[in-house]
Amino acid sequence: MNYLIIGNSSAAIGCVEGIRKIDTTGQITILSDEPYHTYSRPLISYWLEGKVADEKIYYRPEDFYTKNNCNVILGKKAVKIDKSAREVILEDGSAISYDKLLIAAGSRPFVPPMDGLQLVTQKYTFMKYDDAKAVKEVLKPESKVLIIGAGLIGLKAAEGVYKVTKNITVVDLADRILPSILDSEGSSIVQKHLETKGVRFTLNDRVKSFTENTAVLEGGSVLDFDILIIAVGVRPNTEIAGECGIEVSRGIIIDDTCRTSDENIYAAGDCTESLDITTGTQKILALLPNAYIQGEAAGINMAGGSKNYGNAIPMNAIGFFGLHMITAGTYEGETHVIKTDDEYKKLIFKDGLLKGYIMIGEVSRAGIYTSIIREQIPASSVDMEMLVSRPQMMMFGKSRRLEKLGGVNVGN
Amino acid sequence: MKRVYVNEDWCLGCHLCEYYCSFANSGKSDMVKAFNGDKKTTPRIVIEEGDDINFAVQCRHCEEPLCAKGCIAGALTVTNGIVTIDSSRCVGCYTCVLSCPYGCIVTDHEKVVKKCDLCASKSGEPACVKGCPNAAIVFEERG
Ligand SMILES: Cc1cc2nc3c(=O)[nH]c(=O)nc-3n(C[C@H](O)[C@H](O)[C@H](O)COP(=O)(O)OP(=O)(O)OC[C@H]3O[C@@H](n4cnc5c(N)ncnc54)[C@H](O)[C@@H]3O)c2cc1C
Ligand code: SF4
Ligand code: SF4
Repeated sequence: MNYLIIGNSSAAIGCVEGIRKIDTTGQITILSDEPYHTYSRPLISYWLEGKVADEKIYYRPEDFYTKNNCNVILGKKAVKIDKSAREVILEDGSAISYDKLLIAAGSRPFVPPMDGLQLVTQKYTFMKYDDAKAVKEVLKPESKVLIIGAGLIGLKAAEGVYKVTKNITVVDLADRILPSILDSEGSSIVQKHLETKGVRFTLNDRVKSFTENTAVLEGGSVLDFDILIIAVGVRPNTEIAGECGIEVSRGIIIDDTCRTSDENIYAAGDCTESLDITTGTQKILALLPNAYIQGEAAGINMAGGSKNYGNAIPMNAIGFFGLHMITAGTYEGETHVIKTDDEYKKLIFKDGLLKGYIMIGEVSRAGIYTSIIREQIPASSVDMEMLVSRPQMMMFGKSRRLEKLGGVNVGN
Repeated sequence: MKRVYVNEDWCLGCHLCEYYCSFANSGKSDMVKAFNGDKKTTPRIVIEEGDDINFAVQCRHCEEPLCAKGCIAGALTVTNGIVTIDSSRCVGCYTCVLSCPYGCIVTDHEKVVKKCDLCASKSGEPACVKGCPNAAIVFEERG
Protein backbone atom coordinates (compact mmCIF):
# COMPACT_ATOMS: atom_id res chain seq x y z
CA MET A 1 0.00 0.00 0.00
CA ASN A 2 1.21 3.44 -0.93
CA TYR A 3 0.07 6.26 1.38
CA LEU A 4 0.42 9.97 0.74
CA ILE A 5 -0.25 12.64 3.37
CA ILE A 6 -0.62 16.34 2.57
CA GLY A 7 0.40 18.16 5.75
CA ASN A 8 2.97 17.49 8.45
CA SER A 9 1.23 18.64 11.62
CA SER A 10 -1.00 16.98 14.24
CA ALA A 11 -3.48 15.33 11.90
CA ALA A 12 -0.69 14.09 9.62
CA ILE A 13 1.33 12.66 12.52
CA GLY A 14 -1.81 11.03 13.92
CA CYS A 15 -2.30 9.41 10.52
CA VAL A 16 1.24 8.01 10.44
CA GLU A 17 0.80 6.57 13.92
CA GLY A 18 -2.61 5.16 12.92
CA ILE A 19 -1.28 3.54 9.74
CA ARG A 20 1.64 1.96 11.59
CA LYS A 21 -0.70 0.31 14.09
CA ILE A 22 -2.01 -1.78 11.21
CA ASP A 23 0.51 -1.71 8.39
CA THR A 24 4.18 -1.70 9.32
CA THR A 25 5.57 -1.96 5.81
CA GLY A 26 3.48 0.20 3.45
CA GLN A 27 5.18 3.22 1.88
CA ILE A 28 4.25 6.51 3.58
CA THR A 29 5.05 9.86 1.99
CA ILE A 30 4.55 13.11 3.93
CA LEU A 31 4.32 16.32 1.95
CA SER A 32 4.29 19.82 3.42
CA ASP A 33 4.86 23.31 2.16
CA GLU A 34 6.48 24.25 5.47
CA PRO A 35 10.21 23.50 5.54
CA TYR A 36 10.38 22.12 9.11
CA HIS A 37 10.47 18.79 10.86
CA THR A 38 6.99 18.33 12.39
CA TYR A 39 6.53 20.98 15.06
CA SER A 40 3.76 21.85 17.46
CA ARG A 41 1.80 24.81 16.14
CA PRO A 42 0.43 25.88 19.56
CA LEU A 43 3.99 26.14 20.86
CA ILE A 44 4.88 29.11 18.65
CA SER A 45 3.75 31.61 21.30
CA TYR A 46 5.76 29.76 23.97
CA TRP A 47 8.73 29.78 21.61
CA LEU A 48 8.38 33.54 21.01
CA GLU A 49 8.19 34.03 24.76
CA GLY A 50 11.41 32.06 25.16
CA LYS A 51 9.72 29.30 27.20
CA VAL A 52 10.33 26.67 24.53
CA ALA A 53 13.74 26.42 22.88
CA ASP A 54 14.32 25.84 19.16
CA GLU A 55 15.17 22.22 19.80
CA LYS A 56 12.00 21.65 21.86
CA ILE A 57 9.34 22.93 19.48
CA TYR A 58 9.18 19.64 17.58
CA TYR A 59 5.95 17.64 17.87
CA ARG A 60 7.68 14.27 17.54
CA PRO A 61 11.35 13.37 18.11
CA GLU A 62 13.99 13.76 15.43
CA ASP A 63 13.99 10.06 14.54
CA PHE A 64 10.20 9.95 14.04
CA TYR A 65 10.25 9.70 10.24
CA THR A 66 13.02 7.10 10.19
CA LYS A 67 11.40 5.02 12.90
CA ASN A 68 8.09 5.07 11.07
CA ASN A 69 9.74 4.58 7.72
CA CYS A 70 8.34 7.76 6.14
CA ASN A 71 9.54 9.49 3.04
CA VAL A 72 9.31 13.24 3.70
CA ILE A 73 9.07 16.03 1.15
CA LEU A 74 9.28 19.45 2.81
CA GLY A 75 8.93 22.97 1.48
CA LYS A 76 6.78 21.93 -1.47
CA LYS A 77 3.14 22.70 -2.05
CA ALA A 78 0.58 20.34 -3.52
CA VAL A 79 -1.42 22.22 -6.12
CA LYS A 80 -3.74 19.61 -7.57
CA ILE A 81 -5.24 16.22 -6.89
CA ASP A 82 -5.96 14.00 -9.88
CA LYS A 83 -8.50 11.57 -8.44
CA SER A 84 -8.75 9.29 -11.42
CA ALA A 85 -5.00 8.92 -11.91
CA ARG A 86 -4.57 8.86 -8.10
CA GLU A 87 -1.85 11.44 -8.23
CA VAL A 88 -1.01 14.64 -6.43
CA ILE A 89 0.71 17.33 -8.48
CA LEU A 90 3.25 19.59 -6.78
CA GLU A 91 3.97 23.20 -7.62
CA ASP A 92 7.15 22.21 -9.45
CA GLY A 93 5.07 20.07 -11.78
CA SER A 94 6.16 16.71 -10.38
CA ALA A 95 3.54 14.11 -9.49
CA ILE A 96 3.29 11.67 -6.59
CA SER A 97 1.00 8.70 -6.89
CA TYR A 98 -0.98 7.16 -4.05
CA ASP A 99 -3.30 4.31 -3.19
CA LYS A 100 -4.71 6.18 -0.19
CA LEU A 101 -4.42 9.93 0.31
CA LEU A 102 -4.92 11.98 3.47
CA ILE A 103 -5.60 15.69 3.21
CA ALA A 104 -4.41 17.21 6.49
CA ALA A 105 -3.93 20.70 5.12
CA GLY A 106 -5.13 22.53 8.24
CA SER A 107 -6.15 26.14 8.17
CA ARG A 108 -4.71 29.52 7.36
CA PRO A 109 -5.21 32.96 8.84
CA PHE A 110 -8.05 35.04 7.52
CA VAL A 111 -7.08 38.64 6.76
CA PRO A 112 -10.11 40.80 5.99
CA PRO A 113 -9.68 43.69 3.60
CA MET A 114 -8.83 46.80 5.63
CA ASP A 115 -8.28 50.26 4.29
CA GLY A 116 -4.62 51.20 4.06
CA LEU A 117 -3.35 47.81 5.22
CA GLN A 118 -0.90 47.81 2.30
CA LEU A 119 0.84 50.80 3.89
CA VAL A 120 1.76 48.83 7.02
CA THR A 121 5.24 47.37 6.64
CA GLN A 122 5.46 45.36 9.86
CA LYS A 123 2.32 43.26 9.69
CA TYR A 124 2.09 39.61 10.63
CA THR A 125 -0.30 36.76 11.15
CA PHE A 126 0.33 34.22 13.90
CA MET A 127 -0.12 30.64 12.73
CA LYS A 128 3.28 29.32 11.75
CA TYR A 129 6.77 28.96 13.12
CA ASP A 130 7.88 31.39 10.40
CA ASP A 131 5.34 33.96 11.64
CA ALA A 132 6.72 33.76 15.17
CA LYS A 133 10.27 34.01 13.79
CA ALA A 134 9.35 37.08 11.76
CA VAL A 135 7.81 38.79 14.81
CA LYS A 136 10.84 37.95 16.96
CA GLU A 137 13.09 39.52 14.34
CA VAL A 138 11.47 42.95 14.66
CA LEU A 139 10.29 42.87 18.30
CA LYS A 140 12.10 45.32 20.59
CA PRO A 141 11.50 46.45 24.18
CA GLU A 142 10.22 49.79 22.88
CA SER A 143 7.88 48.20 20.29
CA LYS A 144 4.22 49.11 20.37
CA VAL A 145 2.24 46.05 19.38
CA LEU A 146 -1.29 46.24 18.01
CA ILE A 147 -3.22 42.99 17.82
CA ILE A 148 -6.44 42.73 15.83
CA GLY A 149 -8.51 39.93 17.32
CA ALA A 150 -9.14 39.04 20.98
CA GLY A 151 -9.54 35.33 20.32
CA LEU A 152 -7.27 32.46 21.37
CA ILE A 153 -4.58 33.16 18.79
CA GLY A 154 -4.55 36.95 19.26
CA LEU A 155 -4.22 36.64 23.03
CA LYS A 156 -1.57 33.92 22.75
CA ALA A 157 0.35 36.32 20.49
CA ALA A 158 0.00 38.98 23.21
CA GLU A 159 1.46 36.59 25.76
CA GLY A 160 4.20 35.70 23.28
CA VAL A 161 5.46 39.27 22.92
CA TYR A 162 4.91 40.29 26.55
CA LYS A 163 8.37 39.33 27.84
CA VAL A 164 9.91 41.82 25.43
CA THR A 165 7.32 44.60 25.40
CA LYS A 166 4.33 45.32 27.58
CA ASN A 167 3.01 47.93 25.21
CA ILE A 168 0.20 45.82 23.78
CA THR A 169 -3.24 46.88 22.58
CA VAL A 170 -5.85 44.40 21.42
CA VAL A 171 -8.76 45.55 19.26
CA ASP A 172 -11.83 43.45 18.58
CA LEU A 173 -15.16 43.99 16.94
CA ALA A 174 -16.86 41.87 19.58
CA ASP A 175 -17.76 43.47 22.88
CA ARG A 176 -15.81 40.88 24.87
CA ILE A 177 -12.70 38.74 24.64
CA LEU A 178 -12.55 35.00 23.82
CA PRO A 179 -16.22 34.89 22.78
CA SER A 180 -15.80 31.48 21.14
CA ILE A 181 -14.98 29.73 24.42
CA LEU A 182 -16.26 31.92 27.27
CA ASP A 183 -19.55 33.42 28.42
CA SER A 184 -19.63 37.13 29.21
CA GLU A 185 -18.86 36.65 32.90
CA GLY A 186 -15.86 34.51 32.02
CA SER A 187 -14.69 37.00 29.41
CA SER A 188 -14.70 39.81 31.91
CA ILE A 189 -12.73 37.78 34.50
CA VAL A 190 -10.04 36.95 31.97
CA GLN A 191 -10.00 40.46 30.53
CA LYS A 192 -9.46 41.93 34.01
CA HIS A 193 -6.62 39.50 34.59
CA LEU A 194 -4.94 40.51 31.34
CA GLU A 195 -5.49 44.18 32.12
CA THR A 196 -3.76 43.85 35.48
CA LYS A 197 -0.76 42.61 33.49
CA GLY A 198 -0.90 45.78 31.41
CA VAL A 199 -2.55 44.54 28.22
CA ARG A 200 -5.00 47.17 26.88
CA PHE A 201 -8.25 46.36 25.13
CA THR A 202 -10.40 48.36 22.74
CA LEU A 203 -13.53 46.29 22.22
CA ASN A 204 -16.67 46.87 20.23
CA ASP A 205 -14.63 48.73 17.67
CA ARG A 206 -12.85 48.12 14.38
CA VAL A 207 -10.10 49.63 12.32
CA LYS A 208 -11.38 52.09 9.76
CA SER A 209 -8.03 52.73 8.15
CA PHE A 210 -4.30 52.28 8.55
CA THR A 211 -1.29 54.36 7.79
CA GLU A 212 2.16 52.82 8.17
CA ASN A 213 2.18 53.23 11.97
CA THR A 214 -1.32 54.23 12.99
CA ALA A 215 -4.74 52.69 13.06
CA VAL A 216 -7.81 54.91 13.01
CA LEU A 217 -10.77 53.18 14.59
CA GLU A 218 -14.44 53.61 13.68
CA GLY A 219 -14.99 54.90 17.22
CA GLY A 220 -12.60 57.74 16.49
CA SER A 221 -9.54 56.77 18.50
CA VAL A 222 -6.13 56.67 16.85
CA LEU A 223 -3.66 53.98 17.91
CA ASP A 224 0.07 54.19 17.21
CA PHE A 225 1.91 50.95 16.65
CA ASP A 226 5.15 49.52 15.29
CA ILE A 227 4.07 45.93 14.90
CA LEU A 228 0.64 44.80 13.73
CA ILE A 229 -0.53 41.24 14.35
CA ILE A 230 -3.72 40.18 12.60
CA ALA A 231 -5.54 37.32 14.31
CA VAL A 232 -9.19 37.69 13.43
CA GLY A 233 -9.82 34.09 12.51
CA VAL A 234 -8.79 31.09 10.47
CA ARG A 235 -10.12 29.52 7.29
CA PRO A 236 -9.82 25.85 6.44
CA ASN A 237 -7.56 24.94 3.52
CA THR A 238 -10.16 23.21 1.38
CA GLU A 239 -9.32 24.49 -2.11
CA ILE A 240 -7.23 21.53 -3.22
CA ALA A 241 -10.07 19.22 -2.22
CA GLY A 242 -12.86 21.31 -3.69
CA GLU A 243 -11.11 21.77 -7.01
CA CYS A 244 -10.78 18.03 -7.60
CA GLY A 245 -14.48 17.52 -6.96
CA ILE A 246 -14.51 16.22 -3.40
CA GLU A 247 -17.49 17.39 -1.39
CA VAL A 248 -16.70 20.52 0.57
CA SER A 249 -18.97 22.72 2.62
CA ARG A 250 -17.24 25.16 4.97
CA GLY A 251 -14.72 22.40 5.64
CA ILE A 252 -14.03 19.16 3.80
CA ILE A 253 -16.91 16.76 4.41
CA ILE A 254 -15.94 13.44 5.97
CA ASP A 255 -17.78 10.47 7.40
CA ASP A 256 -17.16 8.85 10.83
CA THR A 257 -14.11 7.12 9.43
CA CYS A 258 -12.67 10.40 8.07
CA ARG A 259 -13.29 9.34 4.48
CA THR A 260 -14.24 12.05 2.00
CA SER A 261 -16.66 11.59 -0.88
CA ASP A 262 -13.83 9.84 -2.77
CA GLU A 263 -13.17 6.34 -1.49
CA ASN A 264 -9.39 6.65 -1.65
CA ILE A 265 -9.17 10.09 -0.11
CA TYR A 266 -9.41 10.85 3.60
CA ALA A 267 -9.24 14.16 5.40
CA ALA A 268 -8.58 15.12 9.02
CA GLY A 269 -8.02 18.07 11.32
CA ASP A 270 -8.63 21.78 10.87
CA CYS A 271 -9.53 21.46 7.17
CA THR A 272 -12.58 19.28 7.88
CA GLU A 273 -16.03 19.56 9.38
CA SER A 274 -16.64 17.33 12.39
CA LEU A 275 -19.87 16.22 13.97
CA ASP A 276 -20.21 18.09 17.28
CA ILE A 277 -22.21 15.63 19.40
CA THR A 278 -23.35 18.32 21.83
CA THR A 279 -25.40 20.01 19.11
CA GLY A 280 -25.60 17.31 16.44
CA THR A 281 -24.28 19.76 13.86
CA GLN A 282 -21.26 19.76 11.56
CA LYS A 283 -18.63 22.22 12.70
CA ILE A 284 -15.06 23.12 12.08
CA LEU A 285 -13.34 22.16 15.32
CA ALA A 286 -9.93 23.73 14.95
CA LEU A 287 -8.33 22.00 17.92
CA LEU A 288 -5.22 19.97 18.19
CA PRO A 289 -6.72 16.94 20.01
CA ASN A 290 -9.42 16.69 17.36
CA ALA A 291 -6.83 16.88 14.58
CA TYR A 292 -4.74 14.09 16.11
CA ILE A 293 -7.71 11.85 16.86
CA GLN A 294 -9.15 12.25 13.36
CA GLY A 295 -5.75 11.76 11.76
CA GLU A 296 -5.18 8.59 13.72
CA ALA A 297 -8.63 7.22 12.85
CA ALA A 298 -8.04 8.08 9.18
CA GLY A 299 -4.70 6.26 9.23
CA ILE A 300 -6.17 3.13 10.77
CA ASN A 301 -8.97 3.10 8.18
CA MET A 302 -6.63 3.83 5.27
CA ALA A 303 -4.58 0.82 6.31
CA GLY A 304 -7.62 -1.43 6.31
CA GLY A 305 -8.50 -1.29 9.99
CA SER A 306 -11.69 0.11 11.43
CA LYS A 307 -11.98 3.17 13.61
CA ASN A 308 -14.42 6.05 14.06
CA TYR A 309 -13.09 9.40 15.19
CA GLY A 310 -16.25 9.64 17.30
CA ASN A 311 -17.50 11.86 20.10
CA ALA A 312 -15.98 15.12 18.91
CA ILE A 313 -16.87 18.24 20.86
CA PRO A 314 -15.53 21.76 21.00
CA MET A 315 -13.07 21.83 23.91
CA ASN A 316 -10.18 23.96 24.97
CA ALA A 317 -7.57 24.30 27.66
CA ILE A 318 -5.67 27.52 27.66
CA GLY A 319 -3.95 29.84 30.07
CA PHE A 320 -2.81 33.44 30.05
CA PHE A 321 -0.22 34.75 32.49
CA GLY A 322 -0.86 31.92 34.93
CA LEU A 323 -4.67 31.99 34.79
CA HIS A 324 -5.94 28.65 33.48
CA MET A 325 -9.27 28.00 31.86
CA ILE A 326 -10.84 24.83 30.53
CA THR A 327 -14.03 24.82 28.52
CA ALA A 328 -16.02 22.24 26.58
CA GLY A 329 -19.26 21.66 24.75
CA THR A 330 -22.05 24.16 24.17
CA TYR A 331 -23.57 26.65 26.54
CA GLU A 332 -27.28 26.62 25.82
CA GLY A 333 -29.41 25.19 28.58
CA GLU A 334 -29.95 25.26 32.31
CA THR A 335 -26.90 26.55 34.15
CA HIS A 336 -25.26 25.99 37.51
CA VAL A 337 -22.73 28.61 38.48
CA ILE A 338 -20.15 28.58 41.25
CA LYS A 339 -18.16 31.73 41.78
CA THR A 340 -15.57 32.35 44.45
CA ASP A 341 -12.42 34.44 44.62
CA ASP A 342 -10.31 31.91 42.81
CA GLU A 343 -12.82 29.96 40.81
CA TYR A 344 -15.50 30.56 38.20
CA LYS A 345 -17.42 27.52 37.08
CA LYS A 346 -20.48 27.17 34.94
CA LEU A 347 -22.11 23.86 34.09
CA ILE A 348 -24.74 23.69 31.37
CA PHE A 349 -27.41 20.98 31.22
CA LYS A 350 -29.94 20.23 28.52
CA ASP A 351 -32.15 17.24 27.75
CA GLY A 352 -30.90 15.48 30.88
CA LEU A 353 -27.27 15.69 29.77
CA LEU A 354 -24.29 17.76 30.74
CA LYS A 355 -23.71 19.73 27.54
CA GLY A 356 -20.91 22.07 28.42
CA TYR A 357 -18.78 23.70 31.08
CA ILE A 358 -16.56 26.67 31.68
CA MET A 359 -13.92 26.53 34.42
CA ILE A 360 -11.59 29.40 35.16
CA GLY A 361 -8.92 29.34 37.86
CA GLU A 362 -9.64 26.05 39.60
CA VAL A 363 -9.64 23.54 36.75
CA SER A 364 -8.36 20.33 38.31
CA ARG A 365 -9.83 17.06 37.08
CA ALA A 366 -11.95 18.85 34.45
CA GLY A 367 -11.58 15.85 32.15
CA ILE A 368 -14.14 13.97 34.23
CA TYR A 369 -16.71 16.54 33.06
CA THR A 370 -15.41 16.24 29.49
CA SER A 371 -15.95 12.49 29.61
CA ILE A 372 -19.55 12.93 30.82
CA ILE A 373 -20.24 15.18 27.83
CA ARG A 374 -18.42 13.01 25.30
CA GLU A 375 -19.95 9.77 26.52
CA GLN A 376 -23.35 11.44 26.95
CA ILE A 377 -23.77 9.98 30.44
CA PRO A 378 -27.28 10.89 31.64
CA ALA A 379 -27.30 13.34 34.54
CA SER A 380 -29.83 11.06 36.23
CA SER A 381 -27.23 8.30 36.52
CA VAL A 382 -24.76 10.35 38.55
CA ASP A 383 -24.95 12.07 41.94
CA MET A 384 -25.90 15.59 40.87
CA GLU A 385 -24.77 17.27 44.06
CA MET A 386 -21.31 15.78 43.64
CA LEU A 387 -21.23 16.60 39.96
CA VAL A 388 -22.01 20.23 40.60
CA SER A 389 -19.56 20.59 43.48
CA ARG A 390 -16.46 19.31 41.66
CA PRO A 391 -15.32 16.70 39.14
CA GLN A 392 -14.87 13.39 40.96
CA MET A 393 -15.20 9.68 40.27
CA MET A 394 -17.37 9.38 43.39
CA MET A 395 -20.34 10.82 41.50
CA PHE A 396 -20.64 7.72 39.32
CA GLY A 397 -22.38 4.56 40.36
CA LYS A 398 -20.29 1.78 41.81
CA SER A 399 -20.39 -0.24 38.60
CA ARG A 400 -18.65 2.44 36.50
CA ARG A 401 -16.02 2.78 39.19
CA LEU A 402 -15.54 -0.99 39.33
CA GLU A 403 -15.10 -1.06 35.59
CA LYS A 404 -12.88 1.98 35.23
CA LEU A 405 -10.80 1.79 38.40
CA GLY A 406 -11.20 -1.83 39.44
CA GLY A 407 -10.66 -3.39 36.02
CA VAL A 408 -13.80 -5.48 36.50
CA ASN A 409 -15.93 -6.05 33.44
CA VAL A 410 -19.42 -5.56 34.80
CA GLY A 411 -21.17 -5.40 31.44
CA ASN A 412 -24.18 -3.14 31.33
CA MET B 1 -0.21 -5.44 31.06
CA LYS B 2 -0.06 -4.92 34.81
CA ARG B 3 -1.98 -1.96 36.16
CA VAL B 4 -2.93 -0.64 39.58
CA TYR B 5 -6.47 -1.70 40.46
CA VAL B 6 -8.63 -0.47 43.26
CA ASN B 7 -10.70 -2.45 45.71
CA GLU B 8 -12.80 0.33 47.15
CA ASP B 9 -14.36 -1.86 49.84
CA TRP B 10 -10.96 -2.25 51.45
CA CYS B 11 -9.73 1.33 51.23
CA LEU B 12 -9.45 2.95 54.66
CA GLY B 13 -8.91 6.43 53.25
CA CYS B 14 -5.64 6.61 55.20
CA HIS B 15 -3.80 8.51 52.43
CA LEU B 16 -0.62 6.45 52.92
CA CYS B 17 -0.46 5.79 49.17
CA GLU B 18 -0.32 9.53 48.57
CA TYR B 19 2.64 9.83 50.95
CA TYR B 20 4.48 6.91 49.36
CA CYS B 21 3.83 8.38 45.92
CA SER B 22 5.18 11.79 46.94
CA PHE B 23 8.23 10.19 48.49
CA ALA B 24 8.91 8.01 45.46
CA ASN B 25 8.71 11.03 43.17
CA SER B 26 10.63 13.42 45.43
CA GLY B 27 14.02 12.13 44.40
CA LYS B 28 14.95 12.15 48.09
CA SER B 29 16.48 9.19 49.87
CA ASP B 30 14.72 9.55 53.18
CA MET B 31 11.14 10.29 53.99
CA VAL B 32 11.80 12.98 56.58
CA LYS B 33 13.72 15.05 54.03
CA ALA B 34 11.02 14.48 51.45
CA PHE B 35 8.32 15.94 53.68
CA ASN B 36 10.29 18.71 55.34
CA GLY B 37 10.39 22.18 53.87
CA ASP B 38 7.75 23.77 51.72
CA LYS B 39 8.58 22.14 48.40
CA LYS B 40 6.65 18.95 48.94
CA THR B 41 6.20 16.69 45.96
CA THR B 42 2.58 16.48 44.82
CA PRO B 43 1.31 12.89 44.80
CA ARG B 44 0.18 11.42 41.49
CA ILE B 45 -2.51 9.44 43.25
CA VAL B 46 -5.61 11.01 44.77
CA ILE B 47 -7.88 9.62 47.45
CA GLU B 48 -11.56 10.34 47.06
CA GLU B 49 -13.42 10.16 50.34
CA GLY B 50 -17.13 9.58 50.73
CA ASP B 51 -19.45 8.94 53.64
CA ASP B 52 -18.81 5.22 53.72
CA ILE B 53 -16.55 4.64 50.76
CA ASN B 54 -13.01 5.70 49.87
CA PHE B 55 -10.84 4.89 46.94
CA ALA B 56 -7.62 5.82 45.23
CA VAL B 57 -7.51 7.20 41.71
CA GLN B 58 -4.44 7.30 39.54
CA CYS B 59 -3.63 6.98 35.86
CA ARG B 60 -5.30 3.98 34.24
CA HIS B 61 -2.68 3.78 31.49
CA CYS B 62 -5.52 3.68 29.00
CA GLU B 63 -5.30 1.71 25.79
CA GLU B 64 -6.64 4.84 24.09
CA PRO B 65 -4.85 7.50 26.12
CA LEU B 66 -6.74 10.71 25.37
CA CYS B 67 -4.15 12.69 27.33
CA ALA B 68 -1.34 11.64 25.00
CA LYS B 69 -3.41 11.97 21.84
CA GLY B 70 -4.29 15.53 22.72
CA CYS B 71 -0.99 16.73 24.16
CA ILE B 72 -0.08 19.87 22.24
CA ALA B 73 3.64 19.40 22.79
CA GLY B 74 4.05 15.69 22.24
CA ALA B 75 5.21 15.49 25.86
CA LEU B 76 3.06 12.47 26.74
CA THR B 77 4.10 9.20 25.17
CA VAL B 78 3.33 5.52 25.52
CA THR B 79 6.14 3.01 26.07
CA ASN B 80 5.19 -0.63 26.58
CA GLY B 81 1.71 0.48 27.55
CA ILE B 82 2.92 2.93 30.20
CA VAL B 83 1.94 6.54 29.60
CA THR B 84 4.70 8.86 30.74
CA ILE B 85 5.41 12.56 30.64
CA ASP B 86 8.59 14.25 29.52
CA SER B 87 8.56 17.21 31.91
CA SER B 88 11.17 19.01 29.88
CA ARG B 89 8.66 19.33 27.05
CA CYS B 90 5.44 20.05 28.96
CA VAL B 91 4.34 23.69 28.70
CA GLY B 92 1.55 23.42 31.27
CA CYS B 93 -1.30 24.10 28.85
CA TYR B 94 -3.58 21.64 30.71
CA THR B 95 -5.02 20.10 27.53
CA CYS B 96 -4.36 16.72 29.16
CA VAL B 97 -6.34 17.82 32.23
CA LEU B 98 -9.19 18.64 29.85
CA SER B 99 -8.85 15.23 28.17
CA CYS B 100 -8.29 12.66 30.94
CA PRO B 101 -11.64 10.98 31.72
CA TYR B 102 -10.58 10.03 35.25
CA GLY B 103 -8.99 13.25 36.40
CA CYS B 104 -5.58 11.62 36.75
CA ILE B 105 -3.37 14.44 35.55
CA VAL B 106 -2.20 16.28 38.60
CA THR B 107 -1.69 20.03 38.72
CA ASP B 108 -0.03 22.09 41.40
CA HIS B 109 1.79 25.42 41.66
CA GLU B 110 4.47 24.23 39.26
CA LYS B 111 4.40 24.89 35.53
CA VAL B 112 4.40 21.28 34.40
CA VAL B 113 1.72 18.69 35.11
CA LYS B 114 2.38 15.36 36.76
CA LYS B 115 1.10 11.86 36.32
CA CYS B 116 1.66 8.33 37.54
CA ASP B 117 4.26 6.34 35.60
CA LEU B 118 3.72 3.12 37.60
CA CYS B 119 7.15 3.80 39.12
CA ALA B 120 8.52 2.58 35.79
CA SER B 121 11.99 3.91 36.50
CA LYS B 122 12.15 2.07 39.81
CA SER B 123 12.12 -1.64 40.51
CA GLY B 124 9.28 -3.79 41.74
CA GLU B 125 5.72 -2.79 42.46
CA PRO B 126 4.62 0.86 42.38
CA ALA B 127 5.33 2.62 45.69
CA CYS B 128 1.63 3.25 46.42
CA VAL B 129 0.82 -0.45 46.17
CA LYS B 130 3.79 -1.43 48.33
CA GLY B 131 2.73 1.08 50.94
CA CYS B 132 -0.98 0.30 51.13
CA PRO B 133 -1.58 -1.44 54.50
CA ASN B 134 -4.83 -3.07 53.42
CA ALA B 135 -4.21 -4.26 49.84
CA ALA B 136 -6.91 -1.85 48.66
CA ILE B 137 -4.76 -1.17 45.62
CA VAL B 138 -3.04 -4.00 43.83
CA PHE B 139 -0.69 -4.27 40.87
CA GLU B 140 -2.01 -7.01 38.61
CA GLU B 141 -2.76 -8.21 35.13
CA ARG B 142 -6.54 -8.02 34.56
CA GLY B 143 -8.65 -8.01 31.37
C1 LIG C 1 -0.89 30.27 18.00
C2 LIG C 1 -1.79 29.06 18.05
C3 LIG C 1 -2.08 28.48 19.27
C4 LIG C 1 -2.89 27.35 19.32
N1 LIG C 1 -3.14 26.80 20.54
C5 LIG C 1 -3.90 25.70 20.63
C6 LIG C 1 -4.15 25.08 21.90
O1 LIG C 1 -3.66 25.53 22.93
N2 LIG C 1 -4.91 23.98 21.93
C7 LIG C 1 -5.46 23.45 20.79
O2 LIG C 1 -6.16 22.45 20.88
N3 LIG C 1 -5.25 23.99 19.59
C8 LIG C 1 -4.49 25.11 19.48
N4 LIG C 1 -4.27 25.67 18.24
C9 LIG C 1 -4.88 25.03 17.07
C10 LIG C 1 -4.02 23.87 16.56
O3 LIG C 1 -2.73 24.34 16.29
C11 LIG C 1 -4.63 23.25 15.33
O4 LIG C 1 -5.92 22.77 15.64
C12 LIG C 1 -3.80 22.08 14.79
O5 LIG C 1 -2.51 22.51 14.47
C13 LIG C 1 -4.47 21.48 13.57
O6 LIG C 1 -3.64 20.51 13.00
P1 LIG C 1 -3.79 20.07 11.49
O7 LIG C 1 -2.83 18.95 11.31
O8 LIG C 1 -5.21 19.85 11.16
O9 LIG C 1 -3.37 21.32 10.61
P2 LIG C 1 -2.16 22.37 10.65
O10 LIG C 1 -1.47 22.36 11.96
O11 LIG C 1 -2.73 23.66 10.18
O12 LIG C 1 -1.16 21.80 9.55
C14 LIG C 1 -1.45 21.74 8.20
C15 LIG C 1 -0.15 21.72 7.42
O13 LIG C 1 -0.40 21.44 6.05
C16 LIG C 1 0.35 22.32 5.23
N5 LIG C 1 -0.34 22.46 3.95
C17 LIG C 1 -1.54 23.03 3.72
N6 LIG C 1 -1.86 22.97 2.41
C18 LIG C 1 -0.84 22.37 1.79
C19 LIG C 1 -0.57 22.02 0.45
N7 LIG C 1 -1.44 22.30 -0.53
N8 LIG C 1 0.60 21.41 0.15
C20 LIG C 1 1.49 21.13 1.13
N9 LIG C 1 1.28 21.41 2.42
C21 LIG C 1 0.14 22.03 2.76
C22 LIG C 1 0.35 23.60 6.04
O14 LIG C 1 1.39 24.47 5.66
C23 LIG C 1 0.57 23.05 7.44
O15 LIG C 1 1.92 22.84 7.70
C24 LIG C 1 -3.45 26.80 18.14
C25 LIG C 1 -3.15 27.39 16.92
C26 LIG C 1 -2.34 28.50 16.85
C27 LIG C 1 -2.01 29.10 15.53
S1 SF4 D 1 -3.70 10.26 32.32
FE1 SF4 D 1 -5.87 9.76 32.06
S2 SF4 D 1 -6.19 9.59 29.84
FE2 SF4 D 1 -3.99 9.49 30.20
S3 SF4 D 1 -3.58 7.29 30.27
FE3 SF4 D 1 -3.88 8.02 32.39
S4 SF4 D 1 -6.05 7.68 32.84
FE4 SF4 D 1 -5.79 7.52 30.60
S1 SF4 E 1 0.00 20.28 30.13
FE1 SF4 E 1 1.93 19.42 29.36
S2 SF4 E 1 1.56 17.21 29.14
FE2 SF4 E 1 -0.44 18.23 29.33
S3 SF4 E 1 -1.12 18.56 27.22
FE3 SF4 E 1 -0.07 20.46 27.87
S4 SF4 E 1 2.06 20.16 27.24
FE4 SF4 E 1 1.09 18.14 27.16
